[in-house]
Order: sequence, then C-alpha cells, then structure tokens
Amino acid sequence: MATAFAYLWALLHAESQWAVGGLLLLAVLVMFGLRRLRWGEPLGATASASPRVLGVGCALGVLALAAAFHNVHFALLLVCTVLLYAVVCLGLNIQFGYAGVVNFAGAAFFGVGSYTAATLATHTALPHALVLLAGGAVAAAIGSLLIWPVLRTRGHYAALVTIAFGILFKSFLEVNDTLGGPQGLRIPGLNLFGWKLGDGFELAGIEISFYANYVLLSLVLCLAAFVFVRRIERSWIGLAMDMIRTDEVAAAVFGVGIARWKVLAFTFGNFLAGLAGAVYGMMTGYVAPNNFTFADSLILVSILILGGIGNPWGILPAATIVLILPEKFQFIQEYRFLLYALLVIFILLFRPDGLLPRTVRDYFPGRAPKDAA
Amino acid sequence: MTAPLLAPLLEARALTMRFGGVTALDALDLVVHEHEILGLLGPNGSGKTTFFNVVTGLYAASGGQVLLDGAEITRHSPQAVYRAGVTRTFQRSRLSLPLTVFDNVAIGQTQHMNPGLVFNLLQRRALRRQVDETIEQVHALLQTFSAGMAAKLWQPAGTLSMIDRRRVEVCRALVSNPRLVLLDEPSAGMTHDETRELMDDILLVRSRLSPFTIVIIEHEMGVIQRITQRCAVLNYGKKIAEGSFDDITRDPEVQLAYLGQDVAEGAQA
Repeated sequence: MATAFAYLWALLHAESQWAVGGLLLLAVLVMFGLRRLRWGEPLGATASASPRVLGVGCALGVLALAAAFHNVHFALLLVCTVLLYAVVCLGLNIQFGYAGVVNFAGAAFFGVGSYTAATLATHTALPHALVLLAGGAVAAAIGSLLIWPVLRTRGHYAALVTIAFGILFKSFLEVNDTLGGPQGLRIPGLNLFGWKLGDGFELAGIEISFYANYVLLSLVLCLAAFVFVRRIERSWIGLAMDMIRTDEVAAAVFGVGIARWKVLAFTFGNFLAGLAGAVYGMMTGYVAPNNFTFADSLILVSILILGGIGNPWGILPAATIVLILPEKFQFIQEYRFLLYALLVIFILLFRPDGLLPRTVRDYFPGRAPKDAA
Repeated sequence: MTAPLLAPLLEARALTMRFGGVTALDALDLVVHEHEILGLLGPNGSGKTTFFNVVTGLYAASGGQVLLDGAEITRHSPQAVYRAGVTRTFQRSRLSLPLTVFDNVAIGQTQHMNPGLVFNLLQRRALRRQVDETIEQVHALLQTFSAGMAAKLWQPAGTLSMIDRRRVEVCRALVSNPRLVLLDEPSAGMTHDETRELMDDILLVRSRLSPFTIVIIEHEMGVIQRITQRCAVLNYGKKIAEGSFDDITRDPEVQLAYLGQDVAEGAQA
C-alpha cells in the first residue's frame, strides 16, 4: 500500500522520459514477481477482510501525495483529475456494473455538471455548495429523460442512444453562443461556506498550491461516492440491479420492477458524473466543449473495464494508470487513443474481468456466513 | 380416486395468443382448482409454455381472459402476477450464474424486501435484520431440499451441478410461499433418478409448507402419473383432452396427437 503510493510519488516526480520508462518497467516486473511468488493472494485476503483499513490507507496515501506535492500545481491537478474521474466511474459502475445500463455519454454528463456550475456560479448568487449539487441534479434530470429511449431499446441500440447524446451534446455547445460556443465559459473558483478553494495559502511559512484544497474536496467526494456505491451494491437494491443485469425476464417474473431500478441506476450514476463535473469545472476555471467529447466518454469506460466492471476497488488504480501514464509519457500523447484501444483489447483478451475482478456478492462482510457454522 | 375438487384458483377463458400468423393458444379454456396438481401435456409446440408465459404476464394475450381467484389478471405485468401469488420455473434454467445461491433464491422473496432508498442506504441495521431473516428462511428451505444444498448457500450458482441448479430454481419459486406454482419441464436435462428426487423434494416442501397448487409441464410420463391428480392435453393451442392420467392415455385423440396417424388408427382397429 505504502509502496504503491511511494511509487506514485516517484512517478509524478519523474521528469525525464527515461525515468518514467524505468519506473514503468519496475512496476511491470514487480507485478509479475508478485504473481509468480503468489504474494498477491494473502494481500487480497487482507484487503477483503478489512476494507476499512484499505480505504483509510488509500485516503492517507492521497493526503501524503498532496503533502509531498504541496506546491506543484501540475501534480496536484493530476491527483484531483484522477479522484474526480474516479467519482464519475463509480457512477458508471452503478450503471454498467450493477444494473447493466450502458452509458457511453459519461463525459457529456460530466460536462452538463460543469456547464451548470459555470452558468449558476456566474449569473446567480447561489451558495457554491448548492451549485455543485445542482450540477449533479441537472445531469441526473437530463439523464432521466434520456433513459426512456434507452429503456425501449436493447443491447447495441441502447449504446447508440447514449453515443448519439454524447455527440449531440458537444455539437450543441459548440453552436450555442449563450454558453460560450467553442470557446467555452469561465468559472469563478469554488467558495464553500467562506472557504475559498481557488486561493493558495501559507501554512507555517510553507506556500501551498490552491489545488491542495481541491484535492481535499475531491477526496471527500470520492470517499462519499465510494461508500454510496458500496452500500447500493450490498443491499436489496444491489440484488435487484444484479438480477436485472443477469436475467431481466427472471427478475420481472419475481416481482423486480425493471424500469424503476434502471432509471434509478442511471440517475445515480449521472448525478455522480455531474457532481464531479461541477467540481472539475470550478477547479480548472473554465469549461469548453472540447473537454467533453465522445473520446473522453470512452476513456471513462476503459477505466471501468480496466479496473474490473462491478468492483469499485478497481477504479482508483485503473484511473491512475489511464490518466497519469499518458501525461508522463509525453511522446505517446498523440497515440494515446491507440494505446487505450490496445489496452481495452488486451484486457478483454487476457483479463476479461479487469485488474481487480469483482468478487461474489455479499451483504455484510466480515461475518461468518451461515454455512461456516 | 382423487379427492373432490375445490374452488377454481386459475381460470383461462377463451385464451388466445397469436404471434403474427401463428396461433399458439387457440381459445383455450382451462380450470385449475385450489390445492390441485395438474399435469399439462402435449407435443412440442402445442402451446404449453406459451400458456405459462401468458399467465405470468411475459406475453400479452391477444384475446380471452385469465382469472386468478375470480379476479382478472389478463395482461397484468409479470410483477403484478407475482404479487398475486403466482411463481414459476423455466424450461431452460434461468439462474443468475455469477450470483450466489442465496441471492438467486432470495429474489423469490422480492415482495418482503423493503425497496426504499433510505432503508437500504442509511438504515443498515434494519436492513441487516431483514437480510438475516431472509438468510434464515432461505437456509431452512434449502435444508428441506437437501442438507448438501444448504451448505452451498454462498456459492455462485454457476458452480452448481444441473440438478442443484434446478433445485435452486424450484426454491426460488417456493420461497415466497406462493398460491400457484408453474413448473415448466423440471425434468429437462436431468436423469430419471434425479427427477424423481426433485419431485419428492417438491412434494415434501408442499406437505410441510402449504398445499399450494401446481401446474406442471412434463414429458416424462412416470412423473405425471405419480404426482398429478388431473391432466390436460394441448395440441395446436387447443385443449384436446382432460381427465385423470388413465383417462387421457386411453383417449384416441391424444394418441393421435402423440403417436401420429397410423399408430392411432392401428390402436383403434
């Protein structure tokens, strides 16, 4: 755990391409070694036995990273991006992973959140905490309109509906001058109950980047989203959604309301996407249509697939890999989509369940199941 | 002889189901009495499974009525039919293989699960109580079926053998203590002995739980002869015979439908 974050620190710190390449090679070798020596298994067992320790460990790791990079804007921005993308993917996880509702417009809902925040924060005096919630709520509301054609179609067609929406959304923004057209909009920095997140500050004489504020906020959001998704999974709602994904007919015959849960899954997912989008927009200070393309939606989906669909634990490492590596490997920037495509193909071929495959459903972990007695 | 029949529980009146030019159910009249075990027979494609699908709301009937306890349930949603106390199994196993045995059986208890958001997300203690109750209940039911089943409570359904999957499916249909259970060829894909075992288990649960009504589609005549009180035979979506097992096996029209023209004529001659 500590090793992983120390590694991440080194990776974020590495400047030259050679250093990055060396670190990457090291990671691959260590992974391979772990598998050969079967060290991964006891690690996995500890992780599933004490999810709280793991969660707190992750949070502390992020905080440690933030402290280590307290005045490096770019590294902190990357950490924030990973955390916020993780929030979106947690939302997508409810849609894809549990209820089986496809959504290839994740970035569009992220964008709805950003634009809502931009409009409200510029033109109204609404408290910013409400602006963030409104970002999520508007994304959820637009999603609940889109879900009707999605519900009426199946398989590829449902995917097409969401793809079409994602592309339409971007085109709509580009031609709409009140929303800034292709140039986009500027947004004021976030101000939560008098706490101005957009301002850097000094702590004990050390200058701290304003992004550190956003790291804190994103971390809180990410943790909350994680707990939310976990609780959904480990409840009757999760059971109903899993039933719908695996066998809609059988679910209906045993009284599970198909439409109800699909709509709810879609709404929850889009709410998380919109919320993360609102924070992201206010952090970067401006929103433009080019940040919310179909390609970005595909990145979100590939994070989900890489991490292991249905397992919220997989999202954070996957988001780290997918978002940070291309930033560090400058020379692959132009080929990043080629790389993502290859990544998804390799995952589907060799590890179809992702890096961390979903474990068997459970409700209240850590207790002796009936049969153990 | 059979016991005197009670009031009708399920009633189909001139029930018709058309798929384009194909008439799968042709003005079918059928009565199933309370506490009865009715065998539904007929050659392949005679409309037996279609009848189940129409009753459980998966297909919307093209005409006619379905009554449950005198109340109309024609074209009700599958969910509404379930809440009225009708459950079923499927000819081809329809389990969610990645989910555990517990999950697969527990879904049969949907009506006792609180679907509220606040309840599921925030009142975790109350949820835990409800989950524990359901575990208790599912465990007890599986125990009745076979002790081995109960030990597999937390295994994914995909790891089970064919007979165990059938058992899980039957348990899912029984766990809500339904009024009417529709069994669609429970013997499909199983050996003679396994089928016999499964039927014994079902009858055992029935004697312990409540004498729920069963309609069973089955090609294995041994099963039909042993457990049904009455049979109905369908052909081309029409009812061609009805009565005790012995009655219908002597019926010339049934012989014709099952064995073909020549043999039937030979038998009559």
